Amino acid sequence: MEQHTTYTDVTHADTHGGGSKEIRKVTIILSVLTIVELALGIMMIKLQMPDGSFEKDLTKGVIVILMLAKAFYIVAYFMHLGHEIRNFIMTVAVPMGLFIWFIIAFLADGNSFKNLRNEYNPEYKARTTTEQAPKEPVKESEKKAGQQ
Amino acid sequence: MATTTATATTAPKYWGGGKSPFNVEYGKVMMWYFLMSDAFTFGAFLIAYGTTRFSANGWPNPNLVFKSYPFSGENSNAPLVFVSIMTFILIISSVTMVIAVQAGHAMDRPKVVRNLIWTIIGGLAFLSCQAWEWTHLRLDEHAWWGMNPFNNSNGTVGHQDFTNFFFTITGFHGFHVFSGVIINIVMLIKTLRGDFDKRGHYLMIEKAGLYWHFVDLVWVFVFTCFYLI
Repeated sequence: MEQHTTYTDVTHADTHGGGSKEIRKVTIILSVLTIVELALGIMMIKLQMPDGSFEKDLTKGVIVILMLAKAFYIVAYFMHLGHEIRNFIMTVAVPMGLFIWFIIAFLADGNSFKNLRNEYNPEYKARTTTEQAPKEPVKESEKKAGQQ
Repeated sequence: MATTTATATTAPKYWGGGKSPFNVEYGKVMMWYFLMSDAFTFGAFLIAYGTTRFSANGWPNPNLVFKSYPFSGENSNAPLVFVSIMTFILIISSVTMVIAVQAGHAMDRPKVVRNLIWTIIGGLAFLSCQAWEWTHLRLDEHAWWGMNPFNNSNGTVGHQDFTNFFFTITGFHGFHVFSGVIINIVMLIKTLRGDFDKRGHYLMIEKAGLYWHFVDLVWVFVFTCFYLI
């Protein structure tokens, strides 16, 4: 195909960037972000933060922001999207913006579903929020039934 | 290159035809667009998981579910340890892939080979860890699709979809890692045969690299959603 020859233009390294120094820098950044995330996770456990408490939700929010930062670094530097032409970056980044709506809408929907269900189905609410005895392992009850 | 004449003052004409408008090879553009579709697939799975969890009154505490590692014995209580190891394995394999791609730009075949091998080893190590995790959960804890032995943190009977989502999403991700390892092995064989030297460029390695980084990226999201928050 004729077009094949024009692609050889593109192969002559168009990466302005992506040198060893940059790789090392980004690796360290990703490692630090991961370690901080894990530290926050361990902190949530050790401090026994109660479910639904503000401090626990805040910590989770920080972890999510760190996760997004890691995603940015991987996409921009490891996948070199940051070094491409701006219009190309946009063709990838703009559709991903749909996720913002996607996440907010669906999580809000899930939350609303829970609230409505709790309000209109008290049996469900009682069954799923009251402490219950843990399930017995199946084998034991079968064993007992078998022996009788 | 096309623009070597005295058009230095004007921007390169990318849309005039005969040249890739984004100054990117066709195969690379298509790989990016495939990855976007795959991102929506995983995004849909993870958002479904989030929606279900938000709609539930009770959900198991991951730190009480995922707390062992190989050779730890029966009563281990080490949440986040094993999954941290898996995460670092995947990140380092991504770094070796970046180095392989960079070596490809320099047409440095031995360096490409070395770093591809490290990437493949990293991928296999991750798959082994995930296989251990699945085996442990299935055989020791009796957890599987349709089987959730873990109670919710509020004491109620464990939500059915906890294990369903876990195995489905980590299964899809593991399958992507597996296919990525196969692709990398094929790339390694082609590199060793000199196919890319003959072509004059290592662009295939770069495209395989994009896929591998995507796999790492998805793991960042999966591990955060299931284990951390």
